[in-house]
Amino acid sequence: MNVACEPSQPNEQATQVMTMVQAIRSALDVMMARDERVVAFGEDVGYFGGVFRCTEGLQAKYGKQRCFDTPICESGIVGTAIGMGAYGLHPVVEIQFADYVYPAYDQLASEAARLRHRSAGEFTAPITVRMPCGGGIYGGQTHSQSPEAIFTQVCGLRTVMPCNPYDAKGLLIASIECEDPVIFLEPKRLYNGPFDGHHERPVTPWARHPQAAVPEGYYQVPLDSAAIVRPGAAVTVITYGTTVHVALCAASETGIDAEVIDLRSLWPLDLDTLVNSVRKTGRCVIVHEATLSCGLGAELLALVQEHCFYHLEAPVERVAGWDTPYPHAQEWAYFPGPGRVGAALKRVMEA
Amino acid sequence: MNPHEPLRLHVPEPTGRPGCQTDFSYLRAAPAGHARKPALDVDPKATAGLAVGMVRVLDEQGNAQGPWAPSIAPGILHAGLKAMLKTRLFDARMLTAQRQKKMSFYMQCLGEEAVACAHTLALNADDMCFPTYRQQGILITRQMPLFEMICQLFSNARDPLKGRQLPVMYSNKAKGFFSLSGNLGTQFVQGVGWAMASAIRGDNRIASAWIGDGFTAETDFHTALTFAHVYRAPVILNVVNNQWAISSFQHIAGGEATTFAGRGVGSGIASLRVDGNDFLAVYAVSQWAAERARHNYGPTLIEWVTYRAGPHSTSDDPSKYRPADDWGRFPLGDPIARLKQHLINLGQWDEARHEALAVELEQEIIAATKAAEQHGTLGDGSIASAATIFEDVYKDMPAHLRRQRQQMGA
Ligand SMILES: Cc1ncc(C[n+]2csc(CCOP(=O)(O)OP(=O)(O)O)c2C)c(N)n1
Ligand SMILES: [Mg+2]
Repeated sequence: MNVACEPSQPNEQATQVMTMVQAIRSALDVMMARDERVVAFGEDVGYFGGVFRCTEGLQAKYGKQRCFDTPICESGIVGTAIGMGAYGLHPVVEIQFADYVYPAYDQLASEAARLRHRSAGEFTAPITVRMPCGGGIYGGQTHSQSPEAIFTQVCGLRTVMPCNPYDAKGLLIASIECEDPVIFLEPKRLYNGPFDGHHERPVTPWARHPQAAVPEGYYQVPLDSAAIVRPGAAVTVITYGTTVHVALCAASETGIDAEVIDLRSLWPLDLDTLVNSVRKTGRCVIVHEATLSCGLGAELLALVQEHCFYHLEAPVERVAGWDTPYPHAQEWAYFPGPGRVGAALKRVMEA
Repeated sequence: MNPHEPLRLHVPEPTGRPGCQTDFSYLRAAPAGHARKPALDVDPKATAGLAVGMVRVLDEQGNAQGPWAPSIAPGILHAGLKAMLKTRLFDARMLTAQRQKKMSFYMQCLGEEAVACAHTLALNADDMCFPTYRQQGILITRQMPLFEMICQLFSNARDPLKGRQLPVMYSNKAKGFFSLSGNLGTQFVQGVGWAMASAIRGDNRIASAWIGDGFTAETDFHTALTFAHVYRAPVILNVVNNQWAISSFQHIAGGEATTFAGRGVGSGIASLRVDGNDFLAVYAVSQWAAERARHNYGPTLIEWVTYRAGPHSTSDDPSKYRPADDWGRFPLGDPIARLKQHLINLGQWDEARHEALAVELEQEIIAATKAAEQHGTLGDGSIASAATIFEDVYKDMPAHLRRQRQQMGA
């Protein structure tokens, strides 16, 4: 496993080995303790602590006024959060699965996203909308989607997707403190262990992963900053979420010295890190789990050609989910695993 | 052989159409003074009768009747009359300004002034309103400077919203007036959220959320009712039933076999249907609902029965879909005339004072319009610089917007 090259402990805090679920819970715990304005709610979020247990124990610790269950109504969860944001709270709401965010889309795209602009800064929606995304758990078409592109396309929203416990906690804290509305996508296949796409192999726990050493207290991973998770010279892989681990695996299996960039913040993004890398390597592969066409990869590709065209030595490739609903039984034919990413790396190197 | 008639779709129709007078008996307008006034901690189920009846205080002669007649200082009645008249005169002036192309668009609230003005007077100044575009009466009652309102309408250099919003889509945090959205209905849920936040923080401010009869058909309406009920949110849920949603009669929104207040009872919310053109009834019911909210008894849904006397907006022509004399025949009358008559009956008002007030308000509006015009109108291009559209998209401008602003060359 490749070690991240950014410092994982920016401070002197004691660390604990955490899963992504524990890291997310720790972020919420830290923020609820620090800031009275932080409240957490959503379907099954209160007493039970969420279907993925990300809010477990928060109601017992902070009371029902600050952590509670909601009706099964995503537009209401987000709509009330916007009103609370206008009041001055910093709500963190959970959509049980990203596949169920669509009823809340109007409140996000038309309201949260534009409130600051349309009121010339009088009212804002400093809300964080957490949701598990992505597949790899045999969830079928309604528990596997990666809808980031419908958010990255909306001006006024920030979209974030961590791929390890350290980043999950630091980015979630940064999102909660951010005065803009943040869509916080949590790749559910990574909740309890890293996943490189080799579904046929035994599940790996987070315990042995360097990014599972998480400071116990408060820290931020800044928004709009990408991470170079594997420095390399031959080709740049731009990716985020579960496919970061897939890309690392593909690099090691093909022996290609890829520079793997984890975007972390999908939009607004850290353009400099991408551009500097592609200008250095001259080659680029873009990987995401979401459907290919009109996806975020298309925007990334456009940015690469706009800013790196004269440095490119090969056509840029995209590896993504096929343009079909996420299948159930055929999950592994759909998922952009290390085989497909590795083949793209080889093609780009041979071009 | 099929023993039944073939199935057929029922598409509701108003009784009146151009050239055919409306039969207003569908309103079931009860006489003044008949509706009972329950205790503040009433069981929401026990409001079922009030949700299909109609709370009315002012009778045909302009006298206050029944248990809802508020003990109200003459000062408040005068303030209410002034706010309603100012709202009406302001609307009329702004319509003219729109015709003169000083603004792109306008929406008046002719005929429904009592709803916003009396309600606002029954609230505290720091209670938060989540309005629709037809509650300019809130801003006028809370005395937003007309100059600022008109600059917004003119989208000029002093528009507080920097030309970003259509005319009438005001925002005024200091006056407890939430930024208007063009996606109507969304604010109803947000108002509930604001009220929940106030409760979470142990505050004592309440929220007042607004929606039109037409938009009660949106899921946001039902969502707001569910959340308000579940969390007993300190919010007043106002439905302004002005009979029309652009060209669609209120029965198309679902008002035919029930009332809009009736939906509240089904959701576990104390609900009342009220004569919205009766200043005293609006004031008394608003005060009751506000007290309930402040006592942690939770939300109240109020259907204000009124009439949209003007076109939907400056882009609409109601002569195409409803009788021309409809407002004149509307059984609940004109809210300004009714309060005026009541004040005259009390010996607190007369024609001369009314005339003088109208002249004074006209002068104020004309002066404010002139002052605003000094800073330009949409037509003459004195607007906020184009570069400002990149501001406030995010709190801090991200790199891609700085690049785009440069590309625009503004
Ligand atoms: C979500 C949404 N759908 C449609 C429209 C277009 N629209 C604007 S006002 C209106 C009618 C609203 O009627 P009603 O709720 O009765 O309010 P009123 O105009 O009578 O005050 C419609 C359909 C809109 N603004 N937002
Ligand atoms: Mg209407």
